[in-house]
Amino acid sequence: MTRTARRSRRTLQVTGAGAAALLALSACSSGDASSNKSDPSASDKISGEVTVFAAASLKESFTTLGKQFEKEHPGTKVTFSFGGSDSLAASITGGAPADVFASASPKTMKIVTDAGDASGTPATFVRNELEIATLPGNPDKIGSLKDLTGSGLKVVLCDKEVPCGAAAQKALAASKLKLTPVSYEQDVKAALTKVELKEADAAVVYKTDVHAAGDKVEGVEFPESADAINDYPMALLKDAQNTEAAKAFMALVQSAEGQKVLTEAGFRKP
Amino acid sequence: MIPNDKADAATETLRGGTRRRRVRSGGGRGVPLPLLLPALLGLAFLIVPLIALLVRTPWHNLPEQLTSAEVWQALKLSLFCATLATAVSMVIGVPLAWLLARVEFPGRGLIRALVTLPLVLPPVVGGVALLMAFGRNGIIGQWLDSWFGITLPFTTTGVVIAEAFVAMPFLVISVEGTLRAADPRYEEAAMTLGASKFTAFRRVTLPLIAPGIAAGAVLAWARALGEFGATITFAGNFPGRTQTMPLAVYLALQSDPEAAIALSLVLLAVSIAVLAGLRDRWMTAG
Repeated sequence: MTRTARRSRRTLQVTGAGAAALLALSACSSGDASSNKSDPSASDKISGEVTVFAAASLKESFTTLGKQFEKEHPGTKVTFSFGGSDSLAASITGGAPADVFASASPKTMKIVTDAGDASGTPATFVRNELEIATLPGNPDKIGSLKDLTGSGLKVVLCDKEVPCGAAAQKALAASKLKLTPVSYEQDVKAALTKVELKEADAAVVYKTDVHAAGDKVEGVEFPESADAINDYPMALLKDAQNTEAAKAFMALVQSAEGQKVLTEAGFRKP
Repeated sequence: MIPNDKADAATETLRGGTRRRRVRSGGGRGVPLPLLLPALLGLAFLIVPLIALLVRTPWHNLPEQLTSAEVWQALKLSLFCATLATAVSMVIGVPLAWLLARVEFPGRGLIRALVTLPLVLPPVVGGVALLMAFGRNGIIGQWLDSWFGITLPFTTTGVVIAEAFVAMPFLVISVEGTLRAADPRYEEAAMTLGASKFTAFRRVTLPLIAPGIAAGAVLAWARALGEFGATITFAGNFPGRTQTMPLAVYLALQSDPEAAIALSLVLLAVSIAVLAGLRDRWMTAG
């Protein structure tokens, strides 16, 4: 009897602690929101947090630019959410709190603009082209897109719902090739990982991803990629909490400085 | 200790709640407010998202959404793989539970903790771990590949393995809990009457713990049916081969939220139907 009583008291304490934690959390987040808004005087001095939703392929270069931005504007903090452009677009239209959306395709950006969640017109800030990622040293001697259609090769593509997959399908269609992969991966990084882990022999990914993977994969350029160059649009979001800082971050991305970081990562200028 | 409590609780819940533990309250009448309010909040928290799914379901074009070939393909694959994963879990999980419950050996506590690890491990991590073990370059997978020419990633077998990996712990802790609660004297009596240890297990223990196995199997099946992270990491995503319902829902959400809602509804209906059906037929008997 006493054991049961003691146990139930402990349960209550735990419940109480949990509720307190929840309260603290909600208090914390509402505090943040108000501190961002109730600061009209800081029109030239940028501060606070900027939340950027960006395509998975932008991870390396945007992380670099984020650090640069924080250094140039002390008191700011850039938070990134990298993922498949489509799921990011879905989160934004679903009400996820973000200031900037940098997408890997005009189609995914359109989801956001159609829903009325963007403020202003999206601008293309870089372009990306496809490349074949093979195992280090290219042991299967892959030299063209056609080589991927050969039997016995395990090839992964991005799902056609995400930009890298749509681009790959476009390149395949333009060259009238039929390719049956072993898997349609959920985003470009997942496709690349399968090659890095040597589970797949090749993947069709972005040039920038091959670049970022270093010597874990070997890149093979193919001429058909010219038929499937992806424009990357970026837009300020309507529900942005920190418009000033968000605009400053977008300016940095489009500046010569920002473009240098992006082209070094393998992107093309728009 | 905790895994056992969890297993017992799970078994109890599936049997239809604990009737015998209802204690007559000595003090004040009714439910105390500090308990009732959070309880109602908890209930709403779990129910509201499901209601929201129903509210937002595109009922007008639901028939077209659900009769498409891709949906049936994904659903069939899901049911097939979840059932096979449950079967695998039962064949190797019940003996494992017996070992943990009935045999004293050093490090048993550690082994039990390891068995329950997939319960708390993020499924994607589980998927990566499976690749390291059974992938083409995995510590076991490379031998499978070079000796038998078998590669598991990107195959339906891979889906079953990923699902069994995350679902089996549910079965093991459930069965182990039931075994611990079962009286070992029945087995001892059987053995004094000349039954071998294995016969005693087969003829006495197994019927005795059948409700626990059933409850564990239902939990494991439900977990396997909803498996996403380990599956997409280990087995990839290819329609008809490795694209199960949760994967189809996730990818449909990227372009066509209505289709995703319709698919989610199917998964929800299947889960509810199976849980309700099994509860009536098996659980109340225990």
